[in-house]
Amino acid sequence: AKSSHWKKLLNSFLIPNLSKRKADIISTVEFNHTGELLATGDKGGRVVIFQREQESKNQVHRRGEYNVYSTFQSHEPEFDYLKSLEIEEKINKIRWLPQQNAAYFLLSTNDKTVKLWKVSERDKRPEGYNLKDEEGRLRDPATITTLRVPVLRPMDLMVEATPRRVFANAHTYHINSISVNSDYETYMSADDLRINLWNFEITNQSFNIVDIKPANMEELTEVITAAEFHPHHCNTFVYSSSKGTIRLCDMRASALCDRHTKFFEEPEDPSNRSFFSEIISSISDVKFSHSGRYIMTRDYLTVKVWDLNMENRPIETYQVHDYLRSKLCSLYENDCIFDKFECVWNGSDSVIMTGSYNNFFRMFDRNTKRDVTLEASRENSKPRAILKPRKVCVGGKRRKDEISVDSLDFSKKILHTAWHPSENIIAVAATNNLYIFQDKVN
Amino acid sequence: MSQKQEEENPAEETGEEKQDTQEKEGILPERAEEAKLKAKYPSLGQKPGGSDFLMKRLQKGVWGIISYPLSLEPKRVLGMKSVEQKYFDSGDYNMAKAKMKNKQLPSAGPDKNLVTGDHIPTPQDLPQRKSSLVTSKLAG
Repeated sequence: AKSSHWKKLLNSFLIPNLSKRKADIISTVEFNHTGELLATGDKGGRVVIFQREQESKNQVHRRGEYNVYSTFQSHEPEFDYLKSLEIEEKINKIRWLPQQNAAYFLLSTNDKTVKLWKVSERDKRPEGYNLKDEEGRLRDPATITTLRVPVLRPMDLMVEATPRRVFANAHTYHINSISVNSDYETYMSADDLRINLWNFEITNQSFNIVDIKPANMEELTEVITAAEFHPHHCNTFVYSSSKGTIRLCDMRASALCDRHTKFFEEPEDPSNRSFFSEIISSISDVKFSHSGRYIMTRDYLTVKVWDLNMENRPIETYQVHDYLRSKLCSLYENDCIFDKFECVWNGSDSVIMTGSYNNFFRMFDRNTKRDVTLEASRENSKPRAILKPRKVCVGGKRRKDEISVDSLDFSKKILHTAWHPSENIIAVAATNNLYIFQDKVN
Repeated sequence: MSQKQEEENPAEETGEEKQDTQEKEGILPERAEEAKLKAKYPSLGQKPGGSDFLMKRLQKGVWGIISYPLSLEPKRVLGMKSVEQKYFDSGDYNMAKAKMKNKQLPSAGPDKNLVTGDHIPTPQDLPQRKSSLVTSKLAG
């Protein structure tokens, strides 16, 4: 049978990373609003930004590869002296601001501190100073007999990243999400129990808008796992919980949004309940559709699409790797059951994508209801090779190309993926390696 | 026919719970997995989603963690990813950092990192803070 065009993915290129260092493990991937830039954050606190090549008329087949544009150390490890604990420098999330001038701005966060970075280009430098020579050494004023006006001359392009704001000391617990508001003036940061609202200009204050910490910690039953602003309505945001629920809040209703405006929960059949039920229902990611009409949630085994107008159940449920149900015991023992997978929409909200184990990632077409499993691996990474769909065999006879559940490598997990805002270009982070795939050019 | 088979094959299984599992196995693989887990860790609490479980999640990496049943490793009770290294205080933290550095540079003398103990430390003896500008391998 003919595969639909979107299934044929041309492997553009792989950003190789031969190091096995833990610090190089990619912890977040994000395209900017035009798709021109792609940012990655890693466990070592570094941010690497890639820029898409301009398409040239000479090389029609090379549809804009991504090259390194800027690298900088965003966060350093810190030590909290009061609590005697280490604050990891790992970048949990990166979010871009929409571009408003020649410079690019992004937010990056670790467990405790959010930073606003400005990335700008410099391609000219002043020459012809009076008091300094070309190397910057001071000249003896007695030797200066004439005055000249310094001029700007072109220089090799230099990309500089500077921290413009540091938003610190606002979170007792670990930050899991940041989200830029559609008003471009504010953003929110969410930790396990609280969500704060910031103004980009003000670093010494933030508003607390959600606080689910109980007066008595013994009564704690759930934590916040992810949060995001609505793409168009600056008063609306959602947050997900470890119990598999989503709350939508309206900031116009009150200053503290502890009472939700909408509550999304799928009823559970009590006879299906097991020890693992709550753990696998914990939502690891929540994303608004570009249209703002739907939200997508990822829990351990499924991806669900919810209509904002219907709270009592999702409108679509997709099985990511249901075969893991018979492996839950060992997945609990090796901690994999707590892995936090992310999920993404394509630009038109027609396809959703999420990662799995064995460097597999899955795509679901919401219209045709077809799905595909692909693999991000070095064997497939020859340029212009077409990705072959993969299949996991659940039991009984294994066909030649299939892989059995017991052979899956659970250390190779794809937690972070990103989809270009308008084109079929995806970025997939497989531990230390970044893969970028493009749609086939006909 | 299948029912009869179930009755004839209690096999190694004993206990009501196991029989329940056998019946449900065809319907719910989670229950079978749950039984496996409980067989390995009999003192595992009924409800992992309780406040204990979440409390420990919040306190990732904190020294002086709340007491847990002795029969289980902290990881099991925590019900979360492995706990990070706990430190007694900032001195302990710096020692651990220095030790890590020591592993990477085998040429450095071991005595250099033993700041506490016999001699009074001088600024030269203290472990250096790691440099800020480490190039990411992604950048090539």
